[in-house]
Amino acid sequence: MQLTLEFGGGLELLCDSVKIHNVSIDPENGVGKLIMKDLLSWVRTNLIKERPEMFMKGDTVRPGVLVLVNDCDWELSGQLDTTLEEKDVVVFISTLHGG
Amino acid sequence: MASSTTESSRILHEIETLKSAKSDLERRISALESQLHGLNHPHNNGVCIASSTSPSAFPHGLSPDMIYRYSRHLLLPSFGVQGQLRLSKSSILVVGAGGLGSPALLYLAASGVGRLGIVDHDVVELNNMHRQIIHTEAYIGRSKVESAAATCRLINSTVEIVEHKEALRTSNALEIFSKYDIIVDATDNAPSRYMISDCCVVLGKPLVSGAALGLEGQLTVYNYNGGPCYRCLFPTPPPTTACQRCADSGVLGVVPGIIGCLQALEAIKVSSAVGEPLSGRMLLFDALAARIRIVKIRGRSLQCEVCGENSKFKAAQFQEFDYEKFTQSPLSTSPLRLKLLEPNSRISTKEYGDRLRNGESHVLVDVRPEHHFKIVALPNSLNIPLASLDGRLEEVVSALKEEEHKQSSESSGADVQLYVVCRRGNDSQRAVKYLQEKGFPSAKDIIGGLEGWAHEVDPTFPSY
Ligand SMILES: [Zn+2]
Repeated sequence: MQLTLEFGGGLELLCDSVKIHNVSIDPENGVGKLIMKDLLSWVRTNLIKERPEMFMKGDTVRPGVLVLVNDCDWELSGQLDTTLEEKDVVVFISTLHGG
Repeated sequence: MASSTTESSRILHEIETLKSAKSDLERRISALESQLHGLNHPHNNGVCIASSTSPSAFPHGLSPDMIYRYSRHLLLPSFGVQGQLRLSKSSILVVGAGGLGSPALLYLAASGVGRLGIVDHDVVELNNMHRQIIHTEAYIGRSKVESAAATCRLINSTVEIVEHKEALRTSNALEIFSKYDIIVDATDNAPSRYMISDCCVVLGKPLVSGAALGLEGQLTVYNYNGGPCYRCLFPTPPPTTACQRCADSGVLGVVPGIIGCLQALEAIKVSSAVGEPLSGRMLLFDALAARIRIVKIRGRSLQCEVCGENSKFKAAQFQEFDYEKFTQSPLSTSPLRLKLLEPNSRISTKEYGDRLRNGESHVLVDVRPEHHFKIVALPNSLNIPLASLDGRLEEVVSALKEEEHKQSSESSGADVQLYVVCRRGNDSQRAVKYLQEKGFPSAKDIIGGLEGWAHEVDPTFPSY
């Protein structure tokens, strides 16, 4: 499954300062279904190069990180249970406080 | 040393002379300004024809002066007289007169908001002026609120500008916010953001929230028309390590400028009831990629502890709430001062200065990131950033050996000392702690870092 993953708000620093990653992921369970929970653990294993605690806490993202699936808050699509489709764009963005 | 003392007292004297000349000029300017104000107001002399028609002659309530000043607004079919009238009757509070607040205040004053409040407790600093564009050099060291208010008045003397020269706290926030229709969050830290959002929920005020750091910005409108509050989106505060400050991470001046302009725009839209405010949506700005993305965010959460259905969070709870404890970070932006080491593992900048002058044999490791080291560094210091220290211990070992060689040829007895420095004296302590564990028991950090050095030893050493 082809996906575009984007990191922003400083999260890109955790993956070699690369903001956009075009990736191909094969769902492991064989049914061809990939959910956000699977994607998070894939990202953690394959893209996060340092300080994983700055990306995840437990089995979800750490507080202060917004997850957007096709420009839509993942809260609106089922959070960790959100089913991903071919060519989906998933954005992970850390909230900023500066001014 | 003696000549530099004379030189600095000469400069100080000149500064004093110039300052006194400046305040004479300022007095003269304000006298002339009030004279001019008198000339332009007919009730003082009865000559001004343009204003002779009474404002009440126009049924919509805009005076002739307002029609002229805001004519380009009035010409907009979608804004028009109605929009300007609503704007002129509304009051907006901008919390923070910094990188976001500067452009927001400039546009809000120019656009003719009825009353414009400014909250800040800080002073104008030269190293913030690249983005805090409402302030001028003449105000360095003076209150940001005074400075911002003066600029706003110069732009539009018809707007009522209210100065709140104080830090926003749970003890004064309710009282200040209650005097305004719309709140603009232009602050720079996590506890302030939670405090401002909660206060807006308690008082039922819409909140225009902006943030910027580095080359990115974010913007949304909270607590408006069924939309979420800050806590609906971020019920749990982020770890403190995820809360970067502009003073540490840097920020391109124009980036908060763009977000601040958009905050003014959203505040104008909300107060004039024109257009679709950015509620339930968030704007994400990536300056480097030249991309703006607007995303849909969750609505009000029924479970939200502050704005949710069964929330018991009211004024009393707000006043009791400890935002610094909740977010584990201070409300004021003063930098962190860690104390990780025993006193005998540290030396003061003065002491290091003495040892340097006495030619003590030592190695100085500067653990700041490389791009900091490139800005300015102490002579003969060795740059090994803290993040890469564990892989580069060999370099410390060989630097110490090299010093030992030099020393044995000069034949004095003492060991080669190992000192660690950074920008403010926090990372240097972390580094010393690590070095001591890795077989460098006598490593010491220089208290207060290069900032302390500039402050206490060498005033010509640049600060950043
Ligand atoms: Zn809420």
